Amino acid sequence: MYLYDEIDQKLVDERVRQFRDQTRRFLAGKLSEDEFRALRLRNGLYIQRYAPMLRVAIPYGLLSTAQLRKLAHIARTYDRGYGHFSTRQNLQFNWPKLEDVPGILAELATVQMHAIQTSGNCVRNITTDHFAGVAQDEIVDSFVWCELIRQWSTFHPEFSWLPRKFKIAVNGAAADRAATQVHDIGLHAVRNDSGEIGFRVLVGGGLGRTPIIGHVIREFLPWPHLLTYLDAVLRVYNRGGRRDNIHKARIKILVKERGPQQFSEQVEAEWAHLKDGPGTLIEEEIERVEGRFTRPRYEALPAGDRELEQGPGADPAFRAWHRRNVHPHKVPGYAAVTLSLKKTGVPPGDVTDAQMDAIADLADRYSFGELRVSHEQNLIFSDVRTSELNSLWREARSLGLATPNVGLLANIICCPGGDFCSLANAKSIPVAQAIQERFEDLDYLFDIGELDLNISGCMNACGHHHVGHIGILGVDKNGEEWYQIEIGGSQGHGAALGRVLGPSFARAEVPEVIERLIVCYLGRRDSDEERFVDVVRRIGIDPFKESVYGKADQISRHRDRQLAAA
Amino acid sequence: MAKLIKYRAIATDSWQLLEPGAEGALPPLPLAGDVIVPLALWRARREALAERSGKLGVWLDSHEDPADIAAELGRFAVVAVNFPKFGDGRGFSTARLLRERYGYRGELRAVGEVLRDQLLFMARCGFDAFLLREDQDAEEALSAFDDFSDGYQGWVEQPQPLFRRRLEGRCA
Repeated sequence: MYLYDEIDQKLVDERVRQFRDQTRRFLAGKLSEDEFRALRLRNGLYIQRYAPMLRVAIPYGLLSTAQLRKLAHIARTYDRGYGHFSTRQNLQFNWPKLEDVPGILAELATVQMHAIQTSGNCVRNITTDHFAGVAQDEIVDSFVWCELIRQWSTFHPEFSWLPRKFKIAVNGAAADRAATQVHDIGLHAVRNDSGEIGFRVLVGGGLGRTPIIGHVIREFLPWPHLLTYLDAVLRVYNRGGRRDNIHKARIKILVKERGPQQFSEQVEAEWAHLKDGPGTLIEEEIERVEGRFTRPRYEALPAGDRELEQGPGADPAFRAWHRRNVHPHKVPGYAAVTLSLKKTGVPPGDVTDAQMDAIADLADRYSFGELRVSHEQNLIFSDVRTSELNSLWREARSLGLATPNVGLLANIICCPGGDFCSLANAKSIPVAQAIQERFEDLDYLFDIGELDLNISGCMNACGHHHVGHIGILGVDKNGEEWYQIEIGGSQGHGAALGRVLGPSFARAEVPEVIERLIVCYLGRRDSDEERFVDVVRRIGIDPFKESVYGKADQISRHRDRQLAAA
Repeated sequence: MAKLIKYRAIATDSWQLLEPGAEGALPPLPLAGDVIVPLALWRARREALAERSGKLGVWLDSHEDPADIAAELGRFAVVAVNFPKFGDGRGFSTARLLRERYGYRGELRAVGEVLRDQLLFMARCGFDAFLLREDQDAEEALSAFDDFSDGYQGWVEQPQPLFRRRLEGRCA
């Protein structure tokens, strides 16, 4: 955790006071609906389908157990006893009362938490790799850089009224586990030939209704210039981004219209005025921020995991969990562990207050009192002794948090969808559940191998369907819920956008369609190592299309049937 | 009548803001008095404006580029920046450019949808005068400047970002 100093705390406290006053003025009729909307959104407060929704910031996904217990308390006291972890590494409460929100924010502030800029047309929560600081392929500890950017972006006087929301992701490792290619700005830590740290800067990626992979506009930005360069990008966007059409207002549209080359030249020209100015970062500040992060006190332990070979570790269920949910660590004798929030029958990413308290107890005992939220909507214990994995597994299993499905089809990324969200065209949670039920057999799941299945209830793409190996998108056809299916997307380096298979399906048909895609894949893979997405890339989508719709004439019949239904 | 806040106090306004007519037609120029004219009027009637007796100001709409008047800033007693909608944040960048890049030191006035909850950040971007939207409570709006006692970034009056001031022990 980054521990606040007095000023960090004061700013958050002042924000609570400000929002309390704004709420008071709204309830007294002194602030219009429209104006209050813009202000409440930047405090994470939506008015949703059935009730307000409060999105609490979890900066770069890092949480202490004291914070998690506070979230449990809020879920119990002000909500209906649960919260939902989102793909943006935040936590959402679905049932708070508007009048209670200032009080909730005040409670959050006591544990150095807030809902600042979790919505609205401003810079949002900075996201990163959930294995930051412990990954074996680490280049830098991205948490430090995320915190520097968090501070730079918080209450930025010039960039608080952007054309549209703005999302920044930072990746500090060789592999990209932060989906940086689909963010407004993606930053990749790199070392140059002389060993100096800098960032490769990508701009204009994004999902939503116009999915685009980000463009590299600078191969190497030396670290001291990070913030002045961000100022330059944001200024070009703030001045030039479209404000006439909400669907064309993201930076990706500006980059597309001007072309990455021209956009990059404009940023460089703007930056020439800001470069080496007071915003230039200095070594002492990096050290200060690094020094305010709590660090695990690792013990010198032998490498490896002897328990796995004998004794309690030989249990096949434990071995399955170990294979999927335990991840390598840079310190010998430790491992990172995923606690799955993807148990069949539970909406992906949901946790109850009792689970939150129990997870906090586990994290205190097994992982130095901290945990992370992954953008795949699971929780990560980053620092577990390998000798304690088996006992952690037993405890997690009794809490329903040990589903061994990380990286597998049933680890579905899913937005709240039409059950909660007023933007949604269709429900997404029941679709996820129907698929999980269809694929409940673990042996079958393991046999299918790595597969990302992502579901969004509308084209805003909160469920990242474009970068799922299989992506499902809820669409509205004359007031009815239908589902379009894409295949071949992927995240990480070489991220790709999926291609639409064909006409969409009724909800009840979806599990069967997924099953057919899987059968097609299993019949065509070269080996167990060739993943679903690899096969799609190798043979194209036509064989999959055929497996779902039959030959071309059947596709047109499918379309006719849809038209008849509509 | 819209209220003016200037140097963090309620002030009387001697200026008349001239707005273009339908389809961008240039407004007629009053014979006397202090006027803030649209950029297009300044461009079209520089000589006539120079010969008037009243003081002269110019206003930029949110899409207009301050670079266009950068060389002539000495001619204006007021530069105003319009916020056509409160959510249109371009004026924040315009203000910073006028102050920090083009060195404008005179009165910089926010006009249009200028609301209480934006005043502090407007001030940090260099505005020192605020013509509030008519429905705003000017007395209450004055407290907006105290919403936050400090901030992480550098701003016009405080160019050193917090991380530099923290190291020197100079924070609010």
